[in-house]
Amino acid sequence: MRRSLVLVSAAVMLLGLFGCGYNEMQGKEEAVFAAWGDVEAAYQRRADLVPNLVEVVKGYAKHENETLVAVTEARARVGSVQVSKEMLNRPEAVQQFQQAQSQLGGALSRLLVISEQYPALKADQGFRDLQNQLEGTENRINVARVRYNRAVQDFNTSIRIFPNSLTNSWLLHLTRKEPFKAEGGAATAPKVKF
Amino acid sequence: MRYRQSILLVFLSLAALAGLSPRPGLALDVPPLAAHVNDYAGVMSKQAAGELEAELTRFEKSDSTQIVILTIPSLEGEDLETFSIKVAESWKIGQKGIDNGVIILVARDERKVRIEVGRGLEGKLTDLMSGRIIRERIAPRFRAGDFDGGLIQGAQAVMEVVRGEYKANAEEPVRGRRGAPPILTLLIFLFLALVFIGAISKVFAAVTGAVGLPIVAKLAFSALSLPVLGGLAGLGIVVGLVLSVLFSGGGRSGGKGGGPWLGGFGGPFFGGGSSSGGEGGGGFFGGGGDFGGGGASGGW
Repeated sequence: MRRSLVLVSAAVMLLGLFGCGYNEMQGKEEAVFAAWGDVEAAYQRRADLVPNLVEVVKGYAKHENETLVAVTEARARVGSVQVSKEMLNRPEAVQQFQQAQSQLGGALSRLLVISEQYPALKADQGFRDLQNQLEGTENRINVARVRYNRAVQDFNTSIRIFPNSLTNSWLLHLTRKEPFKAEGGAATAPKVKF
Repeated sequence: MRYRQSILLVFLSLAALAGLSPRPGLALDVPPLAAHVNDYAGVMSKQAAGELEAELTRFEKSDSTQIVILTIPSLEGEDLETFSIKVAESWKIGQKGIDNGVIILVARDERKVRIEVGRGLEGKLTDLMSGRIIRERIAPRFRAGDFDGGLIQGAQAVMEVVRGEYKANAEEPVRGRRGAPPILTLLIFLFLALVFIGAISKVFAAVTGAVGLPIVAKLAFSALSLPVLGGLAGLGIVVGLVLSVLFSGGGRSGGKGGGPWLGGFGGPFFGGGSSSGGEGGGGFFGGGGDFGGGGASGGW
Protein backbone atom coordinates (compact mmCIF):
# COMPACT_ATOMS: atom_id res chain seq x y z
CA MET A 1 0.00 0.00 0.00
CA ARG A 2 2.78 2.38 0.83
CA ARG A 3 4.45 1.61 -2.47
CA SER A 4 1.29 2.42 -4.34
CA LEU A 5 0.99 5.66 -2.46
CA VAL A 6 4.47 6.61 -3.58
CA LEU A 7 3.60 5.71 -7.16
CA VAL A 8 0.39 7.68 -7.06
CA SER A 9 2.05 10.74 -5.67
CA ALA A 10 4.76 10.45 -8.30
CA ALA A 11 2.10 10.32 -11.01
CA VAL A 12 0.22 13.21 -9.48
CA MET A 13 3.37 15.26 -9.31
CA LEU A 14 4.25 14.53 -12.93
CA LEU A 15 0.75 15.44 -14.05
CA GLY A 16 0.84 18.50 -11.86
CA LEU A 17 4.15 19.74 -13.19
CA PHE A 18 2.67 20.20 -16.63
CA GLY A 19 0.01 22.52 -15.32
CA CYS A 20 1.60 24.31 -12.44
CA GLY A 21 3.85 26.52 -14.53
CA TYR A 22 7.08 24.85 -13.46
CA ASN A 23 8.41 24.68 -17.00
CA GLU A 24 6.69 27.85 -18.09
CA MET A 25 8.35 30.01 -15.47
CA GLN A 26 11.81 28.64 -16.16
CA GLY A 27 11.31 29.16 -19.89
CA LYS A 28 10.31 32.74 -19.28
CA GLU A 29 13.26 33.36 -17.04
CA GLU A 30 15.54 32.11 -19.78
CA ALA A 31 13.79 34.50 -22.17
CA VAL A 32 14.62 37.36 -19.81
CA PHE A 33 18.28 36.30 -19.74
CA ALA A 34 18.39 36.10 -23.52
CA ALA A 35 16.83 39.54 -23.86
CA TRP A 36 19.32 40.89 -21.35
CA GLY A 37 22.14 39.46 -23.46
CA ASP A 38 20.85 41.48 -26.40
CA VAL A 39 20.67 44.62 -24.30
CA GLU A 40 24.27 44.17 -23.19
CA ALA A 41 25.41 43.48 -26.73
CA ALA A 42 23.73 46.62 -28.03
CA TYR A 43 25.27 48.79 -25.31
CA GLN A 44 28.65 47.18 -25.86
CA ARG A 45 28.37 48.01 -29.52
CA ARG A 46 27.91 51.65 -28.65
CA ALA A 47 30.81 51.62 -26.20
CA ASP A 48 33.02 50.13 -28.91
CA LEU A 49 32.24 53.00 -31.24
CA VAL A 50 33.22 55.66 -28.72
CA PRO A 51 37.04 55.56 -29.01
CA ASN A 52 36.89 55.92 -32.79
CA LEU A 53 34.42 58.75 -32.53
CA VAL A 54 36.54 60.58 -29.97
CA GLU A 55 39.58 60.11 -32.17
CA VAL A 56 37.88 61.57 -35.24
CA VAL A 57 36.40 64.54 -33.38
CA LYS A 58 39.74 65.27 -31.70
CA GLY A 59 41.30 65.77 -35.09
CA TYR A 60 38.99 68.68 -35.88
CA ALA A 61 37.93 70.08 -32.53
CA LYS A 62 40.93 70.00 -30.22
CA HIS A 63 39.77 72.67 -27.82
CA GLU A 64 36.49 70.90 -27.01
CA ASN A 65 38.58 69.02 -24.52
CA GLU A 66 36.01 69.16 -21.74
CA THR A 67 33.33 67.37 -23.73
CA LEU A 68 35.78 64.83 -25.06
CA VAL A 69 37.03 64.03 -21.59
CA ALA A 70 33.44 63.70 -20.36
CA VAL A 71 32.72 61.15 -23.08
CA THR A 72 35.87 59.19 -22.36
CA GLU A 73 35.14 59.13 -18.65
CA ALA A 74 31.55 58.07 -19.15
CA ARG A 75 32.81 55.32 -21.44
CA ALA A 76 35.20 54.12 -18.75
CA ARG A 77 32.44 54.10 -16.15
CA VAL A 78 30.19 52.06 -18.39
CA GLY A 79 32.94 49.49 -18.66
CA SER A 80 33.10 49.14 -14.89
CA VAL A 81 29.36 48.73 -14.31
CA GLN A 82 28.52 45.27 -15.53
CA VAL A 83 25.33 43.46 -14.63
CA SER A 84 25.40 39.70 -14.89
CA LYS A 85 22.15 37.83 -15.37
CA GLU A 86 22.16 36.74 -11.75
CA MET A 87 22.01 40.39 -10.73
CA LEU A 88 18.88 41.23 -12.69
CA ASN A 89 16.73 40.81 -9.61
CA ARG A 90 18.61 43.59 -7.83
CA PRO A 91 16.93 46.90 -8.61
CA GLU A 92 19.94 48.96 -7.57
CA ALA A 93 22.26 47.04 -9.88
CA VAL A 94 20.04 47.54 -12.89
CA GLN A 95 19.53 51.17 -11.96
CA GLN A 96 23.26 51.76 -11.71
CA PHE A 97 23.76 50.17 -15.09
CA GLN A 98 21.05 52.30 -16.60
CA GLN A 99 22.47 55.44 -15.01
CA ALA A 100 25.97 54.82 -16.31
CA GLN A 101 24.64 54.09 -19.78
CA SER A 102 22.45 57.15 -19.90
CA GLN A 103 25.40 59.29 -18.80
CA LEU A 104 27.36 58.01 -21.75
CA GLY A 105 24.36 58.62 -23.98
CA GLY A 106 24.09 62.19 -22.73
CA ALA A 107 27.82 62.85 -23.18
CA LEU A 108 27.68 61.43 -26.69
CA SER A 109 24.77 63.55 -27.76
CA ARG A 110 26.52 66.65 -26.39
CA LEU A 111 29.53 65.69 -28.46
CA LEU A 112 27.37 65.37 -31.55
CA VAL A 113 25.81 68.76 -30.93
CA ILE A 114 29.23 70.36 -30.63
CA SER A 115 30.41 68.70 -33.80
CA GLU A 116 27.66 70.55 -35.65
CA GLN A 117 29.80 73.68 -35.21
CA TYR A 118 32.68 72.25 -37.23
CA PRO A 119 31.82 72.08 -40.91
CA ALA A 120 35.05 70.32 -41.76
CA LEU A 121 34.26 67.62 -39.21
CA LYS A 122 30.72 67.26 -40.50
CA ALA A 123 32.06 66.75 -44.00
CA ASP A 124 34.53 64.08 -42.88
CA GLN A 125 33.52 60.72 -44.35
CA GLY A 126 34.75 58.82 -41.33
CA PHE A 127 32.71 61.00 -39.02
CA ARG A 128 29.57 60.60 -41.08
CA ASP A 129 29.99 56.85 -41.10
CA LEU A 130 30.44 56.81 -37.36
CA GLN A 131 27.42 59.00 -36.88
CA ASN A 132 25.42 56.62 -39.01
CA GLN A 133 26.57 53.63 -37.01
CA LEU A 134 25.85 55.45 -33.79
CA GLU A 135 22.28 56.15 -34.89
CA GLY A 136 21.80 52.51 -35.80
CA THR A 137 23.20 51.44 -32.47
CA GLU A 138 20.95 53.75 -30.50
CA ASN A 139 18.01 52.21 -32.33
CA ARG A 140 19.24 48.72 -31.53
CA ILE A 141 19.54 49.70 -27.89
CA ASN A 142 15.97 50.92 -27.93
CA VAL A 143 14.68 47.75 -29.51
CA ALA A 144 16.65 45.55 -27.14
CA ARG A 145 15.41 47.50 -24.13
CA VAL A 146 11.79 47.31 -25.20
CA ARG A 147 12.10 43.56 -25.74
CA TYR A 148 13.86 43.08 -22.44
CA ASN A 149 11.12 44.95 -20.62
CA ARG A 150 8.51 42.87 -22.41
CA ALA A 151 10.24 39.65 -21.38
CA VAL A 152 10.58 40.90 -17.80
CA GLN A 153 6.94 41.83 -17.61
CA ASP A 154 5.96 38.45 -18.98
CA PHE A 155 8.17 36.70 -16.46
CA ASN A 156 7.16 38.84 -13.49
CA THR A 157 3.52 38.22 -14.26
CA SER A 158 4.06 34.50 -14.64
CA ILE A 159 5.59 34.13 -11.20
CA ARG A 160 2.80 36.07 -9.56
CA ILE A 161 -0.34 34.57 -11.08
CA PHE A 162 -2.10 31.87 -9.19
CA PRO A 163 -0.93 28.34 -9.61
CA ASN A 164 2.56 29.46 -10.58
CA SER A 165 3.03 31.51 -7.45
CA LEU A 166 2.61 28.37 -5.34
CA THR A 167 4.98 26.34 -7.47
CA ASN A 168 7.48 29.14 -7.27
CA SER A 169 7.36 29.52 -3.53
CA TRP A 170 7.58 25.77 -2.99
CA LEU A 171 10.03 24.70 -5.62
CA LEU A 172 11.70 27.28 -7.78
CA HIS A 173 12.19 30.41 -5.69
CA LEU A 174 12.59 32.64 -8.72
CA THR A 175 12.62 36.33 -7.98
CA ARG A 176 11.19 39.33 -9.77
CA LYS A 177 13.42 40.88 -12.43
CA GLU A 178 13.98 44.58 -12.76
CA PRO A 179 12.79 46.36 -15.91
CA PHE A 180 14.32 49.52 -17.36
CA LYS A 181 12.64 52.69 -16.24
CA ALA A 182 11.60 55.21 -18.84
CA GLU A 183 14.20 57.91 -18.97
CA GLY A 184 13.06 61.46 -18.47
CA GLY A 185 13.72 63.37 -21.67
CA ALA A 186 15.62 66.01 -19.70
CA ALA A 187 18.16 63.50 -18.45
CA THR A 188 19.45 62.59 -21.88
CA ALA A 189 18.62 65.61 -24.01
CA PRO A 190 21.71 67.61 -24.83
CA LYS A 191 21.95 71.08 -23.43
CA VAL A 192 22.60 73.64 -26.11
CA LYS A 193 24.31 76.80 -24.98
CA PHE A 194 24.10 79.98 -27.02
CA MET B 1 -5.94 9.32 2.93
CA ARG B 2 -7.18 8.50 -0.55
CA TYR B 3 -9.79 11.17 -0.23
CA ARG B 4 -7.21 13.79 0.49
CA GLN B 5 -5.09 12.78 -2.44
CA SER B 6 -7.97 12.91 -4.87
CA ILE B 7 -8.65 16.40 -3.65
CA LEU B 8 -5.03 17.31 -4.28
CA LEU B 9 -5.20 15.78 -7.74
CA VAL B 10 -8.32 17.70 -8.66
CA PHE B 11 -6.81 20.84 -7.24
CA LEU B 12 -3.59 20.52 -9.21
CA SER B 13 -5.45 19.75 -12.40
CA LEU B 14 -7.75 22.72 -12.00
CA ALA B 15 -4.66 24.80 -11.42
CA ALA B 16 -3.40 23.53 -14.75
CA LEU B 17 -6.51 24.80 -16.49
CA ALA B 18 -6.24 28.15 -14.78
CA GLY B 19 -2.66 28.44 -15.95
CA LEU B 20 -3.61 28.68 -19.60
CA SER B 21 -3.11 32.33 -20.32
CA PRO B 22 -4.28 34.15 -23.43
CA ARG B 23 -1.78 35.10 -26.15
CA PRO B 24 -1.02 38.79 -26.60
CA GLY B 25 -2.67 40.30 -29.66
CA LEU B 26 -0.93 41.91 -32.59
CA ALA B 27 -0.63 45.63 -32.93
CA LEU B 28 -3.56 46.99 -34.86
CA ASP B 29 -1.83 49.64 -36.90
CA VAL B 30 0.35 47.26 -38.89
CA PRO B 31 -1.29 46.69 -42.28
CA PRO B 32 -1.65 43.11 -43.53
CA LEU B 33 1.20 41.62 -45.52
CA ALA B 34 -0.20 41.02 -48.99
CA ALA B 35 2.82 40.55 -51.24
CA HIS B 36 6.45 41.64 -51.58
CA VAL B 37 5.26 45.07 -52.63
CA ASN B 38 2.66 46.56 -50.30
CA ASP B 39 1.87 49.97 -51.71
CA TYR B 40 -0.70 51.25 -49.25
CA ALA B 41 0.18 54.86 -49.99
CA GLY B 42 -0.45 54.35 -53.69
CA VAL B 43 2.78 55.98 -54.81
CA MET B 44 3.79 53.35 -57.36
CA SER B 45 2.41 52.70 -60.80
CA LYS B 46 0.72 49.33 -61.38
CA GLN B 47 3.33 48.31 -63.89
CA ALA B 48 6.35 49.18 -61.75
CA ALA B 49 4.83 47.47 -58.72
CA GLY B 50 4.23 44.34 -60.80
CA GLU B 51 7.78 44.31 -62.12
CA LEU B 52 9.29 44.82 -58.70
CA GLU B 53 7.05 42.11 -57.26
CA ALA B 54 8.26 39.67 -59.88
CA GLU B 55 11.87 40.60 -59.29
CA LEU B 56 11.63 40.22 -55.52
CA THR B 57 9.83 36.89 -55.88
CA ARG B 58 12.60 35.63 -58.16
CA PHE B 59 15.19 36.79 -55.67
CA GLU B 60 13.45 34.96 -52.85
CA LYS B 61 13.35 31.79 -54.94
CA SER B 62 17.06 31.87 -55.60
CA ASP B 63 18.44 33.26 -52.35
CA SER B 64 15.60 32.68 -49.86
CA THR B 65 16.16 36.25 -48.71
CA GLN B 66 12.88 38.13 -48.41
CA ILE B 67 12.81 41.79 -49.32
CA VAL B 68 9.52 43.55 -48.77
CA ILE B 69 8.34 47.05 -49.61
CA LEU B 70 5.76 48.87 -47.51
CA THR B 71 4.50 52.33 -48.26
CA ILE B 72 2.02 54.00 -45.93
CA PRO B 73 0.24 57.34 -46.35
CA SER B 74 1.16 58.61 -42.89
CA LEU B 75 2.74 57.53 -39.63
CA GLU B 76 -0.04 59.33 -37.78
CA GLY B 77 2.28 60.70 -35.18
CA GLU B 78 4.13 57.50 -34.53
CA ASP B 79 7.90 57.31 -34.52
CA LEU B 80 9.33 55.89 -37.76
CA GLU B 81 11.70 53.45 -36.04
CA THR B 82 9.05 52.30 -33.58
CA PHE B 83 6.55 51.62 -36.31
CA SER B 84 9.16 49.92 -38.45
CA ILE B 85 10.17 47.42 -35.78
CA LYS B 86 6.50 46.78 -35.08
CA VAL B 87 5.97 45.89 -38.73
CA ALA B 88 9.05 43.69 -38.64
CA GLU B 89 7.87 41.88 -35.53
CA SER B 90 4.44 41.26 -36.91
CA TRP B 91 5.37 40.28 -40.49
CA LYS B 92 8.42 38.21 -39.57
CA ILE B 93 10.08 38.69 -42.93
CA GLY B 94 13.04 36.43 -43.63
CA GLN B 95 13.55 32.75 -43.00
CA LYS B 96 13.38 31.40 -39.50
CA GLY B 97 16.75 30.79 -37.96
CA ILE B 98 18.76 32.75 -40.52
CA ASP B 99 16.76 35.96 -40.23
CA ASN B 100 17.39 37.20 -43.75
CA GLY B 101 14.65 39.73 -44.21
CA VAL B 102 14.67 43.36 -45.29
CA ILE B 103 11.80 45.85 -45.11
CA ILE B 104 11.89 49.08 -47.06
CA LEU B 105 9.39 51.37 -45.38
CA VAL B 106 8.17 54.63 -46.89
CA ALA B 107 6.02 57.13 -45.00
CA ARG B 108 4.64 59.37 -47.73
CA ASP B 109 3.39 62.42 -45.85
CA GLU B 110 6.33 62.58 -43.44
CA ARG B 111 8.74 62.11 -46.37
CA LYS B 112 10.69 59.47 -44.47
CA VAL B 113 12.28 56.21 -45.53
CA ARG B 114 13.70 53.40 -43.47
CA ILE B 115 15.47 50.22 -44.39
CA GLU B 116 14.92 47.70 -41.61
CA VAL B 117 17.47 44.90 -41.75
CA GLY B 118 17.04 41.41 -40.32
CA ARG B 119 19.67 40.13 -37.92
CA GLY B 120 21.09 37.67 -40.40
CA LEU B 121 21.87 40.38 -42.94
CA GLU B 122 23.34 42.95 -40.59
CA GLY B 123 26.83 41.82 -41.51
CA LYS B 124 26.46 42.63 -45.19
CA LEU B 125 23.75 45.25 -45.20
CA THR B 126 25.19 47.34 -42.39
CA ASP B 127 23.59 50.49 -41.03
CA LEU B 128 26.14 52.40 -43.06
CA MET B 129 25.26 50.57 -46.26
CA SER B 130 21.54 51.04 -45.66
CA GLY B 131 22.10 54.73 -45.02
CA ARG B 132 24.03 55.09 -48.26
CA ILE B 133 21.37 53.28 -50.25
CA ILE B 134 18.79 55.70 -48.87
CA ARG B 135 20.93 58.77 -49.43
CA GLU B 136 22.29 57.89 -52.86
CA ARG B 137 19.74 55.64 -54.52
CA ILE B 138 16.34 56.34 -53.02
CA ALA B 139 16.16 59.91 -51.72
CA PRO B 140 17.31 61.72 -54.90
CA ARG B 141 14.62 60.00 -57.01
CA PHE B 142 11.94 60.50 -54.38
CA ARG B 143 12.86 64.18 -54.28
CA ALA B 144 12.14 64.33 -57.99
CA GLY B 145 8.80 62.63 -57.43
CA ASP B 146 9.97 59.37 -59.00
CA PHE B 147 8.77 56.81 -56.46
CA ASP B 148 8.84 53.93 -58.96
CA GLY B 149 12.47 54.58 -59.77
CA GLY B 150 13.49 55.16 -56.18
CA LEU B 151 11.93 51.97 -54.87
CA ILE B 152 13.16 49.82 -57.75
CA GLN B 153 16.66 51.25 -57.48
CA GLY B 154 16.63 50.90 -53.72
CA ALA B 155 15.44 47.29 -53.83
CA GLN B 156 18.01 46.47 -56.48
CA ALA B 157 20.77 48.05 -54.43
CA VAL B 158 19.72 45.95 -51.44
CA MET B 159 19.71 42.83 -53.61
CA GLU B 160 23.19 43.60 -54.93
CA VAL B 161 24.51 43.89 -51.41
CA VAL B 162 22.96 40.75 -49.98
CA ARG B 163 23.09 38.53 -53.07
CA GLY B 164 24.83 35.27 -52.34
CA GLU B 165 24.73 35.71 -48.59
CA TYR B 166 22.18 32.91 -48.39
CA LYS B 167 21.03 30.26 -50.81
CA ALA B 168 17.58 28.84 -51.09
CA ASN B 169 17.16 25.22 -50.04
CA ALA B 170 16.78 22.68 -52.80
CA GLU B 171 13.18 23.51 -53.70
CA GLU B 172 11.11 25.35 -51.20
CA PRO B 173 12.56 27.78 -48.74
CA VAL B 174 11.98 26.66 -45.19
CA ARG B 175 8.82 28.26 -43.97
CA GLY B 176 8.41 29.24 -40.40
CA ARG B 177 6.69 26.46 -38.57
CA ARG B 178 4.39 27.09 -35.76
CA GLY B 179 4.67 24.08 -33.54
CA ALA B 180 1.23 22.54 -33.32
CA PRO B 181 0.27 21.62 -29.79
CA PRO B 182 1.70 18.15 -29.27
CA ILE B 183 -1.63 16.49 -28.65
CA LEU B 184 -0.22 13.07 -29.46
CA THR B 185 2.39 13.40 -26.76
CA LEU B 186 -0.17 14.57 -24.25
CA LEU B 187 -2.56 11.74 -25.05
CA ILE B 188 0.16 9.17 -24.70
CA PHE B 189 1.19 10.71 -21.44
CA LEU B 190 -2.37 10.57 -20.19
CA PHE B 191 -2.76 7.00 -21.36
CA LEU B 192 0.38 5.94 -19.53
CA ALA B 193 -0.66 7.80 -16.42
CA LEU B 194 -4.06 6.09 -16.52
CA VAL B 195 -2.57 2.63 -16.93
CA PHE B 196 -0.10 3.39 -14.20
CA ILE B 197 -2.70 4.67 -11.78
CA GLY B 198 -5.35 2.20 -12.94
CA ALA B 199 -3.07 -0.63 -11.88
CA ILE B 200 -3.42 0.68 -8.34
CA SER B 201 -6.96 1.95 -8.03
CA LYS B 202 -10.05 2.22 -10.20
CA VAL B 203 -11.19 5.34 -8.41
CA PHE B 204 -7.93 7.16 -8.99
CA ALA B 205 -7.94 6.15 -12.62
CA ALA B 206 -11.48 7.43 -13.06
CA VAL B 207 -10.64 10.72 -11.39
CA THR B 208 -7.45 11.10 -13.42
CA GLY B 209 -9.34 10.37 -16.62
CA ALA B 210 -12.12 12.77 -15.74
CA VAL B 211 -9.67 15.56 -15.11
CA GLY B 212 -6.89 14.65 -17.49
CA LEU B 213 -8.84 14.26 -20.72
CA PRO B 214 -10.42 17.73 -20.61
CA ILE B 215 -7.02 19.20 -19.76
CA VAL B 216 -5.38 17.53 -22.73
CA ALA B 217 -8.21 18.70 -24.96
CA LYS B 218 -8.00 22.21 -23.62
CA LEU B 219 -4.24 22.33 -24.12
CA ALA B 220 -4.58 21.17 -27.69
CA PHE B 221 -7.63 23.20 -28.72
CA SER B 222 -8.01 26.15 -26.41
CA ALA B 223 -11.34 27.15 -27.95
CA LEU B 224 -13.34 24.30 -26.43
CA SER B 225 -16.42 25.27 -24.45
CA LEU B 226 -17.35 24.12 -20.98
CA PRO B 227 -20.10 21.61 -21.99
CA VAL B 228 -17.69 19.89 -24.37
CA LEU B 229 -15.11 19.68 -21.62
CA GLY B 230 -17.77 18.25 -19.33
CA GLY B 231 -18.55 15.56 -21.89
CA LEU B 232 -14.86 14.80 -22.18
CA ALA B 233 -14.67 14.47 -18.42
CA GLY B 234 -17.38 11.82 -18.57
CA LEU B 235 -15.54 10.04 -21.34
CA GLY B 236 -12.38 10.29 -19.25
CA ILE B 237 -14.07 8.44 -16.37
CA VAL B 238 -15.05 5.62 -18.69
CA VAL B 239 -11.60 5.41 -20.26
CA GLY B 240 -9.97 5.50 -16.86
CA LEU B 241 -12.18 2.67 -15.56
CA VAL B 242 -11.72 0.54 -18.66
CA LEU B 243 -7.94 0.92 -18.62
CA SER B 244 -7.79 0.24 -14.93
CA VAL B 245 -9.79 -2.98 -15.39
CA LEU B 246 -7.60 -4.02 -18.32
CA PHE B 247 -4.33 -3.41 -16.56
CA SER B 248 -5.11 -3.95 -12.93
CA GLY B 249 -3.89 -7.55 -12.95
CA GLY B 250 -0.20 -6.95 -13.49
CA GLY B 251 0.26 -4.24 -10.95
CA ARG B 252 -0.88 -6.29 -7.97
CA SER B 253 0.69 -9.66 -8.43
CA GLY B 254 4.08 -9.04 -9.98
CA GLY B 255 6.58 -7.21 -7.87
CA LYS B 256 7.43 -4.64 -10.48
CA GLY B 257 4.35 -4.09 -12.55
CA GLY B 258 4.89 -0.40 -13.04
CA GLY B 259 8.48 -0.62 -14.10
CA PRO B 260 8.52 -1.11 -17.87
CA TRP B 261 5.97 1.61 -18.46
CA LEU B 262 8.33 4.28 -17.39
CA GLY B 263 10.57 3.32 -20.30
CA GLY B 264 7.77 4.28 -22.61
CA PHE B 265 8.08 7.95 -21.85
CA GLY B 266 9.87 10.27 -24.20
CA GLY B 267 11.48 8.68 -27.19
CA PRO B 268 10.14 9.37 -30.63
CA PHE B 269 6.82 10.78 -29.47
CA PHE B 270 8.03 13.98 -27.97
CA GLY B 271 8.21 16.84 -30.39
CA GLY B 272 6.35 14.83 -33.00
CA GLY B 273 3.09 15.89 -34.51
CA SER B 274 4.21 19.39 -35.41
CA SER B 275 3.33 20.33 -38.93
CA SER B 276 3.15 23.58 -40.79
CA GLY B 277 -0.44 24.68 -40.80
CA GLY B 278 -2.53 26.46 -43.39
CA GLU B 279 -0.17 26.73 -46.32
CA GLY B 280 -0.52 26.26 -50.01
CA GLY B 281 -2.94 29.12 -50.53
CA GLY B 282 -0.49 30.79 -52.88
CA GLY B 283 -0.34 33.76 -50.55
CA PHE B 284 2.82 35.38 -49.30
CA PHE B 285 4.09 34.89 -45.76
CA GLY B 286 7.03 35.98 -43.72
CA GLY B 287 9.23 33.03 -42.90
CA GLY B 288 9.68 33.81 -39.22
CA GLY B 289 12.77 36.01 -39.46
CA ASP B 290 13.92 38.08 -36.51
CA PHE B 291 14.89 41.75 -36.47
CA GLY B 292 17.02 43.54 -33.92
CA GLY B 293 16.64 47.15 -35.00
CA GLY B 294 19.44 47.21 -37.56
CA GLY B 295 19.21 49.44 -40.60
CA ALA B 296 19.03 53.13 -41.28
CA SER B 297 16.50 55.91 -41.63
CA GLY B 298 16.46 58.90 -43.92
CA GLY B 299 14.24 61.42 -45.58
CA TRP B 300 13.84 63.29 -48.83
